[in-house]
This record gives sequence, structure tokens and C-alpha cells, in this order.
Amino acid sequence: MPLPELQRRALVQIENVHKTYIMGDSEVRALDGVTLDFDEGEFYSILGPSGSGKSTMLNLLGCLDRPTSGLFKMDGHDVSQMDDNQLSDLRLKRIGFIFQSFNLIPQLTVSENIALPLYYLEWDRQRSVERARELADRVGLGNRLGHRPLELSGGQQQRVAIARALANDPRIILADEPTGNLDSATGKQIMSLLSELNGQGKTIIMVTHEDEVAAHSNVRVHMRDGNVERIDRNA
Amino acid sequence: MHAFYLAWQYIRHNRIKSVLLVCGVTLTIVVPAAVFILVRFGEEWLMSRAASTPMVIGAKGSRVDLSLHALYFRSKAPAPIGMAEAAKLREAGLAIPVPLYGRFTARSFPIVGATLDYFDFRDLRVASGHQIAKLGDCVLGARVAQALALGAGDRLLSDSENVLDLSGAYPLNMRVTGVLAEERTEDDFAVFVDLKTAWVIAGLGHGHQDVSKADESVILDRTGNTVVANAALPEYTEITDENIGSFHFHGDPAGFPITALIALPRDEKSAVLLRGRYEQQDAAAQLVIPEDVVGEIMEMVFKAQRIFNYTVVCIAAATVLFLVLIISLSLRLRSTELQTLHKLGCSRHTMITLVGAELILIGGISSLFSAGALVLVLQLAPVLMRTFLA
Repeated sequence: MPLPELQRRALVQIENVHKTYIMGDSEVRALDGVTLDFDEGEFYSILGPSGSGKSTMLNLLGCLDRPTSGLFKMDGHDVSQMDDNQLSDLRLKRIGFIFQSFNLIPQLTVSENIALPLYYLEWDRQRSVERARELADRVGLGNRLGHRPLELSGGQQQRVAIARALANDPRIILADEPTGNLDSATGKQIMSLLSELNGQGKTIIMVTHEDEVAAHSNVRVHMRDGNVERIDRNA
Repeated sequence: MHAFYLAWQYIRHNRIKSVLLVCGVTLTIVVPAAVFILVRFGEEWLMSRAASTPMVIGAKGSRVDLSLHALYFRSKAPAPIGMAEAAKLREAGLAIPVPLYGRFTARSFPIVGATLDYFDFRDLRVASGHQIAKLGDCVLGARVAQALALGAGDRLLSDSENVLDLSGAYPLNMRVTGVLAEERTEDDFAVFVDLKTAWVIAGLGHGHQDVSKADESVILDRTGNTVVANAALPEYTEITDENIGSFHFHGDPAGFPITALIALPRDEKSAVLLRGRYEQQDAAAQLVIPEDVVGEIMEMVFKAQRIFNYTVVCIAAATVLFLVLIISLSLRLRSTELQTLHKLGCSRHTMITLVGAELILIGGISSLFSAGALVLVLQLAPVLMRTFLA
């Protein structure tokens, strides 16, 4: 369940953000003066046609890129001033990623894939294994810890990816078309799992082009031509 | 999870690629190193034997053939000289003669006819069994015994020179009396017999049935004490205690052949005098200093090796470029995986550490294989050298 209105605070603040790419002689404005706050504990979906700026927005939110101009703050930190190492550190400690193609590491087991971020956080092996087991149980894959990704179904792989996204106990989970490679029944299960995580207090920002999938979120941000067209909130 | 654990998992998962990389790196290390080792070993092997053999006397002709024959029992046997040459040397008192007769083989290993002086000169020791005692005995070099699985008490048949030559000498069934201790020299690959046994193999000496007791069908003429038999009189191809008494030689022993005569000068002055004698125009034989001859051969080998070294440098550079290409293509193929790691919070430094760990593991495994291969090359160096020089 989302947090009550009075307790909400902006986890991500975006103010007049521009992101411009130079392509030869021409200039592409991927984001054109976006101003938007993402509150803690909410479940956001970002919708829009191709070229609307969804992916650029996700890259910025994931601290994979910096804005060309404007203010971008995450959890009070000014991201636009950070170098690569600081951005990596911020991602590692505060963000969990879920990808359309799951992006699991094929040579590692389920347990090792889930514990991967913990390796970068320099957790010891025993603690990492315990955390991976706990998260695998949470996504219903406690009996598959020793399996490799290719031995799992698409839905199970996405569950592993969700468990991996939770490993570092992030403040925010970014999901890029999380049901894009799944059949509708499995997609629903994954969305239920994300809703459950949101109910447990995780902030989720999901990029999708499917209204049915976006219906699981509380706030739907519609983008067009590099800017926010409208925001729909559940009543 | 440690960077090396992640790297090892990647290497295991991509077995074929990893094996190809390891093979490429291993070959790049092993080939030039093995050639270097073999050339150095060959130089030491050839030179040490040459340096320990002061002079060799033999028929006029190729100095190289004579040296290779006398030192390593290699090359076709040079034209023979007579035993008189050895006697002359002994009488002159300038050097100790060590005659060799090396025309035949037994199961492809050279049979070296020699006197016991040769064993003293080379300091060859019998490791099992005993030294040659009788006509028809032989002792085996350590590698021959190993290769043919023979030991004291076994029999070894000499090879026919030409199976189609009906008038040729019969093979001799020799008795193995002992095996020499391994010396890691060419002596390990030879079968040693007494000079007289070598002459028996050459057909200069033989044993046959007593003509006085022979069947009348083989007797051509009986005049007084003289009995003439035809070629049907059975000849022995094996020397036994029973028939050894019947073995005898025809002709003048001074004219019996030897293919090389190692000369051990008594002192420096004797050496100079000896060289002077054989440098005269009318000398029947030639005297060579093996160290000089082998030195000339090595000079040519080193020239060839210099060319090889340049080639190896070029090939190694090309291999390194190929490896860089393979690694960069591999990184491109892994871009999704690496991007995922980056998105999960892996810094560039950590990613470099991960890729570095993979390269260190590949390099480490290749180095281990290379070390193993080079140890093997060192172990097999005598056999390899012998094969290359054959």
C-alpha cells in the first residue's frame, strides 16, 4: 500500500532537466525541460510512444547518465555533479534494476546471480549466501538456488532478476519493460510481485508501453516529445 | 564471491573459447622457448662430446661425415681405413688409438665395433650384467635397452644390409651381456660389440661346420690334409660356446676395416706432430679436430636460428595482435553482460579487475601448460636432438 499523503517525501527531484545528444550536425533533445518529483513508496509507470524520452528518463533515474542541464537530486544528493565512481556507488547502494531480458549472468547459479551486487558491496560469502537464500525464498525460488539461468523458465528468470534487484535493499527499483518477454499469465505474476514489493514500501518506477501493465501502478507519467504530457494518479 | 571466482566461472562456462585462448598463448610461449632450449641443449650436447674427443682419423673425404660418424654414430659410415693405421699410431707412440667400426645396425640402432679402450675413454660403465667377454657378445646403451626392452641374457639380431643381396653377410644373433649406465650422450643409443664381432658381421670372419665331419655332398676335393667344401657347408649365424672354436678370420688383420680412429695424443707436442703427419700431401688418411668441425656446424645453426628468432618475434607479435583482437571481440560480445554489471553498480575499476582476473587466469593456465611442455622438452631433449639430427 502507498504511504499516506502526509508521510510522502520526494525521493527523486527533477527540475527543468534537459538532455541533449549531438548526432553529427544535428542536436536531439531527448528531454526538454522536464520537472517532476518521484515520491518515496509510490509505484510509478512511465508511458509514451517511441522517442518520447522514456529510456533517457530511465537512464537518468538509474544514474547511468547525467543531465545536460537542470537539477537532478536523488535522496538529497545532486546527481548532476557526480563522477562515474560516485554514480556507480549510488546505483550500488540505492537502486535495483529489473530488465526486459532479465540480464542474468549465464555462468552463475541462481544464488550467485542474486548475490552479485553483494560482491561489489564486499559482503562476506556466508552472509551473501544467506541473503540470496532469503530473497530466493521471497520470490518463490528457494528450491532453485543451484540452477543456472538457462535451466529456468522466463518467469523464473525474471523472479531471479527481481531478487537480485532487492539484494542491496535499494530505496528505488527501476524496471524496464519487466513483462516484455513474458506471456500474459507470467507477466501478471511478475506484476503482482512488484505490487507486493511496493506494498512493502519499495519505490518502483517502471517503463512500459502497455496500459494493462501500467494499471498496476499508482501514478502513470505520460511522456511525449521529451517532456511530461500528463500525470494520472489513482484516486 | 571473489573477482577470480567470477572470472573462473566465466572461463568454465565458455570452455571452447577458453581452450582456444590457452592453446594460442601456450603455443606462443612454448614454440620459441622450446627451440631456444633445444638449440642450447644441442650446442652443449654436440660441443661437449666434440671437445672431449681430441682427434679423429679416417678416410679422406667429408670432415663433417667423419666427425659425425665418430662422435655420434650418425651419417653413412665413411669409407674404411685399415687396422694398420691404428697399429701405426700405437707404434709412433704419439697417441692412444681407439678404433671404431660402425657400418651395421641392429633394429635400426647403430652397432659400434670397438675395443675396451673406447669404454675407458668415454668412461662408460655397465649398469647391469657384465662387459663384453667373448666373440658375439654385445652391450647395449641405456636407451637401446629401454626401447627394445632387452637386458643381459637376451639375444639381438643384427640387421641385414640388403636382404636382396644373396652374397651379403648373414645377420648375427648376438648375446646381450650387459646394459650401460645412462650417460645422456649418443652412447645411450648404440649397441657395442668387440671389433672382431663387427668383422664377423661384415663377413670377414665366420664359423662353420667342421669340414672333416661334413656330409660328402658338400666336399669338392680331399687332398692329403686339405679339404675343399662348396658354399653349401652350413655357416653359423650365432656364436655359442659349442661353435665359438670354429670361428676364424680370413685375410691380413692389418687390412681389416675400421671406419674411424679416435686418437688420444699423449701431450700437446704429440698432438702437433700428429697433425703435421696427416697434413702431408701423401697421407693415406685425414685427421680432423672434431671441436673445429662441430663448431663450424654450430655456427651455421646459429645463423639459421637468428633468422628463426626474427621470424618468431614477428609471429609472436602477430599472435599478440590476434589475442588483442579476440579479447576485444569477446568484450564486444559480452557487452550486455558488462552493461548489466555496470548498471548493478559495478565501477569501471571493478570491471577492469574482473576482465583482468580472467586474463590472469588464462595467462596462468597457459604458463602452467607451457612450463609442463618445456619440462617435457627438457626431458626428451636427447631423443628429440637425435631425431632432428637423424
